[in-house]
Amino acid sequence: MSECPVCAVQITFSNDTVVGELLECPDCGTELEVTALDPPALAEAPETEEDWGE
Amino acid sequence: MIRVGIVGGSGYTGGELLRLLLFHPNCQVVQVTSERFAGKSVSKAHPNLRGTTGLKFCALSQLSPCDVLFLCLPHGRAMESIGDFQSLAPRLVDLSADFRLHSAERYQHWYAGEHSRPDLLGSFVYGVPELHRDTLRSAALVACAGCNATASILAVRPLTRRGLVDSIVIDVKAGSSEGGNVSSNASHHPERSGAVRSYRPTGHRHVGEIEQSLGDIPIHFSATSIEMVRGILATCHVFMSESLDEKAVWKIYREDYGNEPFVRIVKERSGIHRYPEPKLLAGTNYCDIGFERDPGTDRLVVISAIDNLMKGSAGQAVQCFNIMHGLNETLGLEFPGLHPI
Repeated sequence: MSECPVCAVQITFSNDTVVGELLECPDCGTELEVTALDPPALAEAPETEEDWGE
Repeated sequence: MIRVGIVGGSGYTGGELLRLLLFHPNCQVVQVTSERFAGKSVSKAHPNLRGTTGLKFCALSQLSPCDVLFLCLPHGRAMESIGDFQSLAPRLVDLSADFRLHSAERYQHWYAGEHSRPDLLGSFVYGVPELHRDTLRSAALVACAGCNATASILAVRPLTRRGLVDSIVIDVKAGSSEGGNVSSNASHHPERSGAVRSYRPTGHRHVGEIEQSLGDIPIHFSATSIEMVRGILATCHVFMSESLDEKAVWKIYREDYGNEPFVRIVKERSGIHRYPEPKLLAGTNYCDIGFERDPGTDRLVVISAIDNLMKGSAGQAVQCFNIMHGLNETLGLEFPGLHPI
């Protein structure tokens, strides 16, 4: 189990999870990358930003 | 089956209530009143209901006893006849503003008139299930919350009840159906179309309800009518008394709303609609809530969206009705919305 780095919800890994796998946080929908299995760790995957003429 | 009547059923909230209750598995709609449409099919006022029911409007004087009366009368009318309604049904659900405020002084302040039944003001449960679910279970009298008040209260109450707020500025964008189905010069299409109309920069009557529910916190509220038929988007600028990171805010909202059937936290980093969007909620009973912390300041922006005719009135009334009768809270309210719309 690891914590989402964005919304802090607890996320359980399945048995066949591998490092580098992309997951979607069930609460905030953030795309996460599995960075380690022991101990389990997650990081935000690169995202596409919106740009409305900023 | 629970036998229900709708008083004042030709308006938008009455029509929405009828749409919901006609398909509610535990309800039988026995009467719908309208003075203007008495004797005519309900589809004359609500063409979306063509072919779904043989019900005709009746006059208020023809109303007969039933189990529950939903009151969809213009503000000020329910309190005039509340005794008559109580003699016809043991349970009343009032969708007007007449019994939302718990003190006559507060009512007079916000509605600029004396309340004709101040003795009953404390007897109505304020119909926001997320705040008063336990009290609603045994309630005989329910005053459904105002639409702007519902969107505002649900947005910020997790913060106010924890004492985390110094002050709040609420900016509501509202659809035209908030104004009801009576036209005016301002609603004439050439005037209304494309307009962004600041119709109540200060002094909106729903502030009374919001203050009553949130406690002694400075609240500044403005409402703008935009090019939309249904829907409310409330952008709440919350000036925090305590600095919280976004994870902490997530935890607070998850704690309060994680098990709520009609409140969803919407805050996504990818996708088409990343924050609450009223368009997606048309016809649904959801209140979607999102937030973003302004880095380097004490401001937290909380955004909520509802359909003003659903979670803002008829849908919330049915949710309260379900709770009052020990039914599954989501009965009749399962519609998930349309996309695209």
